[in-house]
Amino acid sequence: MINKTIKDADEAVKDISNNAVLMIGGFGLSGIPENSITALLKKDISGLTCISNNAGVDDFGIGLMLKKRMVKKMISSYVGENKEFERQLLSGELEVELIPQGSLAERVRAGGAGIPAFFTPAGVGTEVAEGKEVREFHGKLYLMERWLRADFSLVKAWKGDTAGNLIFKGTARNFNPMMAAAGTITIAEVEELVEAGSLDPNQIHTPGIYVQRIYQGKDYEKRIEQKTISQ
Amino acid sequence: MLDKNQIAKRIAKEVKNGQYINLGIGIPTLVANYIPNDLEVVLQSENGLLGIGPFPKEDDIDPDLINAGKQTITMTKGSALFSSAESFAMIRGGHVHLTILGAMEVSENGDIANWKIPGKMVKGMGGAMDLVASAENIIVAMQHCSKDGKSKLLKTCSLPITGIKCVKKVVTDLAVLKILPEGGFKLLERAPGISVEEIRSKTEGRLVVEGEVPEMDIQ
Repeated sequence: MINKTIKDADEAVKDISNNAVLMIGGFGLSGIPENSITALLKKDISGLTCISNNAGVDDFGIGLMLKKRMVKKMISSYVGENKEFERQLLSGELEVELIPQGSLAERVRAGGAGIPAFFTPAGVGTEVAEGKEVREFHGKLYLMERWLRADFSLVKAWKGDTAGNLIFKGTARNFNPMMAAAGTITIAEVEELVEAGSLDPNQIHTPGIYVQRIYQGKDYEKRIEQKTISQ
Repeated sequence: MLDKNQIAKRIAKEVKNGQYINLGIGIPTLVANYIPNDLEVVLQSENGLLGIGPFPKEDDIDPDLINAGKQTITMTKGSALFSSAESFAMIRGGHVHLTILGAMEVSENGDIANWKIPGKMVKGMGGAMDLVASAENIIVAMQHCSKDGKSKLLKTCSLPITGIKCVKKVVTDLAVLKILPEGGFKLLERAPGISVEEIRSKTEGRLVVEGEVPEMDIQ
């Protein structure tokens, strides 16, 4: 067993420097690596490229990194909840690549799986297809999308063990497993860190081979964007 | 003229037993409230869930359980959770039978625009481009006209499009329309009290009217 445990978030992100390419897990604010983002905010770095489905909200998640002008480029599928993002984008301060959510998920998956490109129907005939190779298979048009890889992947899981094996909960899984595989260095924070051997191997979602650093997170806020209840 | 809930109610009548369905944000989400209890269907949430249940009671709220609109939800019996890659594999692979989504514009050949207003609104396409490129049946829920009275059913979309030749049916506050394979909006039903003439005047694309057009049943 290889022990991947590190002390805390600050140690986890200590070698992330200017112009790094990061993948950040989560869908909306669900399943985002809160502790790693907080640790990044303490660092004086900029020029980051962030690959993440969303860009947080103005005062939480990646939104805070945008506010601090740490991010040069975002690669996302939906950024509708963040006014600062929209302002920086429309004013040209922030470079943005918007891509269909399924293509984003598959590009990240392909990066981790060693597949440099693939064909998908999403975006054919739209501006997403501009500059991309389009081919016909079985009478239907598909466009070529390339893999995405990152210097660091910041992911969050529910439980993890010292060998880096991860288990997610609910819809907080989302992009986290693929991003774990697509990062050169993957930093996993977990709500509950246990000794290797304590988790049932049948239940592991992300095998520890993809995780280089793991630590016990703390003080999870798990902010809810749209609280909806039934009476 | 139908309100949002009545549009949702009308669309719910398109749902068939045994379908796996993806509901978009806005009016489409409301459709879930009107699916008859005797139908067994499974709602897919592209952030990684098959089996969306009702909104939770206050005490049951779980921040790790949301739908694609970031609303707190519950799971039905027999639910399954998965990653975003798996989620879009089932969408792209054609396993989701019905997709219901909102739009800013629909053209008479079935193109849809719903993700961008250049220079004004840049929210992103989310999962819409993947959904419209792959679902076998796509129904659009929207208002017939924009707030400033312009028709949203057009000859060609003026906004950047989300997908080409993919919409099968449109349900608006005024009408139910089918997109014909050769192009054109075939008027199937009128909202109660709305005349064919009014629908014609508010439809910029080619409107096809054959015989008597019945009023919708939204009971």
